[in-house]
Amino acid sequence: MGPDKNLLERWHTTEILLLGGSAGSFKLLFQLVKGLPADLDKTVIIVIHRKRNFFSEIEKLFAENSFLPIREIEDKDIVKKNTIYIAPVNYHTLIENDGYFSLDVSEAVWYSKPSIDVTFESAAEVYKDRCMAILFSGANQDGAEGMLKLRQTGAVTIAQHPDDAEMDEMPTAAININAATYVLRTDEIFKLLHT
Amino acid sequence: MSDTAVSISSPQITELIDLIKKVHGFDFSGYTKASLKRRVTRIMQLKKLEFYDLKHILVNDQHFFQDFLEEITVNVTEMFRDPLFYQALNQQVIPYLSTYQHAKIWCAGCSTGEEVYSVAVLLREAGLSKKSFIYGTDINTEVLKEARKGIYSLRSIKSYAENYQFTGLKGSISDNFTILYDAASIHNELKQNTLFSVHNLVSDDVFNEFQLISCRNVFIYFETELQERILELFYKSLCPLGYLCLGSKETIRSDVFKKKFKVINQKENIYQKIGT
Repeated sequence: MGPDKNLLERWHTTEILLLGGSAGSFKLLFQLVKGLPADLDKTVIIVIHRKRNFFSEIEKLFAENSFLPIREIEDKDIVKKNTIYIAPVNYHTLIENDGYFSLDVSEAVWYSKPSIDVTFESAAEVYKDRCMAILFSGANQDGAEGMLKLRQTGAVTIAQHPDDAEMDEMPTAAININAATYVLRTDEIFKLLHT
Repeated sequence: MSDTAVSISSPQITELIDLIKKVHGFDFSGYTKASLKRRVTRIMQLKKLEFYDLKHILVNDQHFFQDFLEEITVNVTEMFRDPLFYQALNQQVIPYLSTYQHAKIWCAGCSTGEEVYSVAVLLREAGLSKKSFIYGTDINTEVLKEARKGIYSLRSIKSYAENYQFTGLKGSISDNFTILYDAASIHNELKQNTLFSVHNLVSDDVFNEFQLISCRNVFIYFETELQERILELFYKSLCPLGYLCLGSKETIRSDVFKKKFKVINQKENIYQKIGT
């Protein structure tokens, strides 16, 4: 079955795609990004929990397998279309009204820095119904409150189906507070984003 | 949800900035608004205040303003945060400092002092303790009190020790502390050549000449125009060929200052003043 017609329409008009994930979502996000076309015409912002002082080459890995340029966000970077942004570790990523990123080193949220909640809430303030957010596998509750805020400001919010999530706590938390407009199976998410 | 009940709009933030400037003389207009908004919302939630109450108490209660200032500025810091930065500092800047009879260093926005003491450890390891002096400044008097004490919880020392491992420095971070119950106190030897004092980067001027200025994870809270003004202040405060260190995700964006600073380490954002 193809994606819901309404949802497909929203995907086509959305300007910002927010992806949040933690434990058990890295491979999935990687594959998802791999399938995005060079003429996507949207901004992709990825917030994934990562270990501090673990000098991973995540950006390089993503970049080698993507049609779109990948950038680990630096302070005051302008939010551009057709770019995949990754939130840096040990900072929270915020979005300013005039279309650029700003970083923040304040306390971790749900033991996480970057926190998905922080970026999602900030995106909700700025982009409102112009964005779509998807929350994937993870072992804590980060992202749920942020999704709720996004939903309240008119964004489309999707939780990965808990049965498909390696760690279901994160999408479940979002579903439990009624923050998800849609709950989709992994293959449905792929179909939607890769059409 | 209780969390979303309290929030503050952009015009309200502007109103608050004006009010604080008029009543307390602190100018937050060049601060990034998303972060400011988040901090103010947090304070309102914590103290259970509506916007009107917040304004009222800010005008009428001087004590509250001190709390407010402490909450609104981010005071999260670590010793040896970004270990590879300290490695670069050790390899690329410390040798330069050793050529001076006496080197002066300024840590701007030093919060509770962890960065000042990290630099002090580097200098001690390089045998420069007696030939150097570190000034730590912040707008917040309360955090400076903590900085002067130099006492940190054992829990945080644990994560600083992890950072330290990645710096490639010899010895152990615990060589620099005396541990008492659940706290670790910085050795007096490291404190000797430090001075902590109030300085507001937005409104205060040059106060000395330095061979090295470190201002890390402060620019992230400032809009680009304010960043440029502070770069001017740093430029004027550095001796010829003096070094400037910004945070790992902060770069010099201004074309004017790109010409006045040479990039020494692109990844760690270490710059050197050129020209006069």
